[in-house]
Amino acid sequence: MSKAIILYLHVHQPYRVKPYTIFNAGVDHQYFDAPGGDRTNNADVLTKVAKKSYIPTNRKLLELLHSYPDFRLSLSITGTVLEQLEKWSPEALRSFQKLVETGRVEIVGETYHHSLAFFYNREEFEVQVEMHRNKVKELFGQEPSVFRNTELAYNNDLAYWADQAGYKGILAEGWDPVLGWRSPNFMYQPSYTDNIRLLLKNYKLSDDIAFRFGDQNWSEWPLTADKFVHWINATDGTNFNLFMDYETFGEHQWGESGIFNFLHHLPEHWLATEGNTFMTVSDAVESIEPVDRVDAPQTITWADTERDLSAWLGNGMQQEAIHALYGLGGDIIKTNDWDLIEDWRRLQTSDHFYYMCTKWFNDGDIHAYFSPYENPYDAFIAYMNVFHDLSYRLASKSREE
Amino acid sequence: MDRLLCIYNANAKQNYYNKKKKMKILMLGWELPPHNSGGLGVACYQLCKSLANSGCDIEFILPYDANHDIDFMTVTPAHPQGVEEIIKSGIAYDSYKYIYSDGTEQWVDIFGQQLAYEKSVDCMVDRMEFDVIHAHDWLTFRAAIRAKAKSNKPMILHIHSLEHDRAGGQLGNPLVHEIEYIAMMMADRIIAVSNHTKKAIMREYDIPADKIDVVHNSIDPNMLEPLDGENAYQYIEKMKQHGYKVVVNVGRLTIQKGLMNLLLATKEVVAREPKTLLLIVGTGEQYYELIETAASLGISKNVIFTGFLRGKQWRDVFAISDLFVMPSVSEPFGLTPLEAVGYGTPSLISRQSGVSEVLANCLKVDFWDVDRMANDIVAVVRSPALRDELHRNAYQEYQKLSWNNAAQQLIQRYSEYTNGVPI
Repeated sequence: MSKAIILYLHVHQPYRVKPYTIFNAGVDHQYFDAPGGDRTNNADVLTKVAKKSYIPTNRKLLELLHSYPDFRLSLSITGTVLEQLEKWSPEALRSFQKLVETGRVEIVGETYHHSLAFFYNREEFEVQVEMHRNKVKELFGQEPSVFRNTELAYNNDLAYWADQAGYKGILAEGWDPVLGWRSPNFMYQPSYTDNIRLLLKNYKLSDDIAFRFGDQNWSEWPLTADKFVHWINATDGTNFNLFMDYETFGEHQWGESGIFNFLHHLPEHWLATEGNTFMTVSDAVESIEPVDRVDAPQTITWADTERDLSAWLGNGMQQEAIHALYGLGGDIIKTNDWDLIEDWRRLQTSDHFYYMCTKWFNDGDIHAYFSPYENPYDAFIAYMNVFHDLSYRLASKSREE
Repeated sequence: MDRLLCIYNANAKQNYYNKKKKMKILMLGWELPPHNSGGLGVACYQLCKSLANSGCDIEFILPYDANHDIDFMTVTPAHPQGVEEIIKSGIAYDSYKYIYSDGTEQWVDIFGQQLAYEKSVDCMVDRMEFDVIHAHDWLTFRAAIRAKAKSNKPMILHIHSLEHDRAGGQLGNPLVHEIEYIAMMMADRIIAVSNHTKKAIMREYDIPADKIDVVHNSIDPNMLEPLDGENAYQYIEKMKQHGYKVVVNVGRLTIQKGLMNLLLATKEVVAREPKTLLLIVGTGEQYYELIETAASLGISKNVIFTGFLRGKQWRDVFAISDLFVMPSVSEPFGLTPLEAVGYGTPSLISRQSGVSEVLANCLKVDFWDVDRMANDIVAVVRSPALRDELHRNAYQEYQKLSWNNAAQQLIQRYSEYTNGVPI
């Protein structure tokens, strides 16, 4: 039986809100321009990540694509990070384009603003997916045919929507309560759909790389490509879905951990066995037959031990903030004021709500690491001050007319 | 072989002796509840209780006579010779009335009491048996030095507050500063109630870092008296029904507490959220100055001074508030934010406080950052979700607190002395 590794990396950076106070509200309408040195300065973060992760990883990936004709991978890149790359690291953007030019790197569709709009405003969600499609076409000359929602947030409704919208495949977390006794290493079809295929992340293998790789207390440390390939070879399945944040390479796992060396040797060891190959997500959904249907009435995501939306919407602050923002929706769109609408969209990025997460005592360390704010309350306060300014701009706009 | 056996036997004997023997602590303190003026008495009481539960034998010397409902240690008043009775009036920094055996009376100020306490302890030490001297704050330090000189036992100084803190970051009273300085130089070991205090000891008194241990204060959630009946502030309840939000500060009205900045911040808050009330609970030398400042800022309608409160009135003020603010210029520890959490109110505290080192779920600002203070108060006034989330998480932290960690850290230190291990 032939086996394929489906490597899929997610690239994203939000527009972080600066430490915006009540003294800014009503006066200063620039929300995302923190001064240099502040942890919410977007240019600083982007240039740092480009240097530590995007540029060296792309160099390695391009080298592998040249050395191994069977090496393939898929990427999703949000609109917000593409804009920031255009502004602050054209070099990194060019390196992504070079990968896609090989013809063996596929771009996956999603919302432009990395938002949770699917759950709050379907019309807005579709606009953002369309915006992303246009941006990808413009920069990479590709049209996405496989979809992933923000944070892999997935349920039957989303599968139905994607099926109707003409996507061939969709990505989700291979979470045990949804799979039951089944393995994520096969192709599935979502319940109540006609054509679409479902690829489920093998979270154990993915997290071995994304989370545990550099952990010296892990019993399997150090993880070599040889050992990793050995595990997959010994496992049943047609497709091994390794889904992770792109920043795993060089940022979450620093270069010093040996992560680039691991990546370097992965194709060599994997392809050494007859029948083993790499596939993009489209290759996989076209060539591998589904073995069963998967039902997902509840929303699952790829985050935390709960694998639900609680990291973004679990507490009162997060709910208050997101309800306030989407509550402006119709009126904002009606203004036709592009700046206002774009600010509203940037504020939909899921990261803002993640920074307000208070699950400190269990998943806390990870949240703290990924937040540029001292605590979730500061994140909420700055966000709501911006919200008040946005409402103020909307009100003054309405008065003008 | 004989030699080894000999050492073995000696060790076994020593171990047996250590297990058997209770550590005897001579504790020198200035106040205990219910006759306390503030946090010092409560901290000493809780700490001693926890130490006693862990097997320490404590004799606590107080500078006055009073009835205490305490069974876990011996409380002894320090009487100067010829004095029949000492009557404590009001709070720690007030004068005491000394009644002599011949019937004459004398009012003694704080410095005089401190000297009298020293003399009494000096006389008492000869008759007492103890392993370690543990003294709390400058008023007891001269007595501690006497006790050390006479007994040659190790002296541990526990710093709950420095003259530097009380003076709001200034030098303060040079006589007090001198006592603190000399005592800390002579001490075998110094305990600071926070890293904030440890740094101040190093910076203001030139004490090397490795002589100072940080042992954070704590709170015993079971000790908090429960709320009962309807809230004492019916007027404020009514205002809340009309949409008002209540911000409160509880403490002495002194420069150390940073209340001027809170008033400046409140002006900005009221400009944006006029239905905000600030309750200032307590008394102190800044009382009139603060009232005048509130008036000149044009926020008198929004600022309520309640004066000094105890008991139900004190508890209810926490319960009725939406936010507790402690803007202290320098707060060695600062227990009130934890009490506020216990009564259902989240807090905004200055980073220049010890409690900010142990409480994660609260808002933190620098004491001088008036704009940020206003910003955060407005946020809580506007958002019940923020208030509730802050309190919910802080309460989880609060429930895990106890004095046990502090006691264990101290016992570790004590045992290093009683086992003859040099520090």
